[in-house]
Amino acid sequence: MQKWLPRLLVMPSFISLLLWMIVPLSMTIYFSTIRYNLLYPGENNFVGGMNFEFFYTDDAFWPALFNTLTLVGLVLLLTVVSAIFIAVALDKPFRGRSIARVLLISPFFIMPTVNALIWKNMMMHPVYGVLAAIWTGFGLEPVDWLAQYPLGSIIIMLSWQWMPFALLIFITSLQSMDHEQKEAALLDGASGWQVFRYLTLPHLARPIAVVMMIETIFMLSVFAEIFVTTGGGPGYESTNLAFLIFAQALMQFDVGVASAGGLIAVILANIVAFFLIRAIGKNLVA
Amino acid sequence: MSKDVSLIDQTGWLRPLLCWFVALLVFFPILMIIITAFKTEQQAIEVPPSLLFTPTTENFGIVQERSDYLKFAINSVITAFGSTLLALLIAIPGAYSMAFYPRKSTKNLLLWMLSTKMLPAVGVLVPIYILCQRTGLLDTTFALTIIYTLINLPIVVWMLFSYFKDIPKEILEAVRLDGADTLGEIRHVLLPLSLGGIASTALLSIVLSWNEAFWAINLTSADAGTLATMISTYSSPEGLFWAKLSAASTMACAPIVVLGWFCQKQLVQGLTFGAVK
Repeated sequence: MQKWLPRLLVMPSFISLLLWMIVPLSMTIYFSTIRYNLLYPGENNFVGGMNFEFFYTDDAFWPALFNTLTLVGLVLLLTVVSAIFIAVALDKPFRGRSIARVLLISPFFIMPTVNALIWKNMMMHPVYGVLAAIWTGFGLEPVDWLAQYPLGSIIIMLSWQWMPFALLIFITSLQSMDHEQKEAALLDGASGWQVFRYLTLPHLARPIAVVMMIETIFMLSVFAEIFVTTGGGPGYESTNLAFLIFAQALMQFDVGVASAGGLIAVILANIVAFFLIRAIGKNLVA
Repeated sequence: MSKDVSLIDQTGWLRPLLCWFVALLVFFPILMIIITAFKTEQQAIEVPPSLLFTPTTENFGIVQERSDYLKFAINSVITAFGSTLLALLIAIPGAYSMAFYPRKSTKNLLLWMLSTKMLPAVGVLVPIYILCQRTGLLDTTFALTIIYTLINLPIVVWMLFSYFKDIPKEILEAVRLDGADTLGEIRHVLLPLSLGGIASTALLSIVLSWNEAFWAINLTSADAGTLATMISTYSSPEGLFWAKLSAASTMACAPIVVLGWFCQKQLVQGLTFGAVK
């Protein structure tokens, strides 16, 4: 085996991703240090850290940061916990299980923009929505979900979409579990909960780590759902960092400030990645 | 004790019932959109929604006529499948090398690759837009295919790596003793043994590309738009045409949902390699 061959084989992935990182990122770094507003062409002088200061001191910055982290955390919690329980319940055969499984994983294949439109118009709409109909049926006042609980509504939509992904991975993992060991434990007098806690959960450790990793990556930069449903509002209640940067770049045409925001988001992503990898990295590459 | 033993052959009705309830609950929004697609605009906004109505297929015709559904669908197929093929071509050798010939730097390399995925797309939108504009690639399926290849690559490499890593090394050594070289290893060990893993990775990549909206909306318009672009024209507040919106949504999602249903076995089988030790 030639020594250079393994290195050569990694090169296409490495180089293409390096270019994908370096080319736009260096342009973003450059833009972030100049005055670059599309409404004022030709005035691209160097402004140092002013764009960063402007982005950082914006009223929306702290809410957006808080919302970004809340969204990641709550979606992870909701999807992983519910998917574990559903996967355990689906683990034993029953009539029509395969159909139930198909229904359960379907939302993952739905386009995020369509997901947002379904929930906005058909589920959460205060007049025509299904939830409003149910609320009224119980004699309650319908809730205007997206106006009253904007971030919560978006978290529900995202959890609906991503629970199936977690479920799919957990179901599969449970199938490979050693059932004899489980039965032996039950015969030895372990309770159902103990089997779950000391056999099932440890077995799921690595799948859970994989799910958390992939979901975090996607939840950090959620955009379509917010764009379609709340537009970040009311106020900044459902603005996350990705949406805030978008608002700066494409609604206020301030490329310089948006670029600074982009870099801040990159730094935040790296901080989250650092802690995430410290917390679950052992399970990932072990 | 006896209560615990009974857990083993539990054939009660409560668990299946709960499973079915949750499954229908989760599927309900999709069901709603399919049903609404077959209603007239009048029926679509009735409160409470009626389940008894004469289905009509006129909405689907209107979507094809008004939005040129077929063209967008073809673009979606080209970008989703093209980018997946490209990503696999690039990623298979890389993941093979990292899984079979690990070095000290392998773990860091993998984590770095994943971290590129954490970059919010809006952060690099302006540079990419400018680059596409200068090279004349704006509104081409080619540019979109390349972008999808790059944004899916980290996940594709990662998943393939975790499938390849679990291939028993003994098989590898046996093949090597038989005198196989690298190409032989890839052909006779890697590909056959991880076919399920490769298939499920491909499926995930196709789903992600098909459903991607941000780059599609920002980099394409009339020529290279995908179904995600088409849907975005229905989300404008020009009026709540729910039946048409539902028909368009159904037409945009159906191909990939059906593919997902049919490939479910493959997907599940593939994930058994990767997510499970």
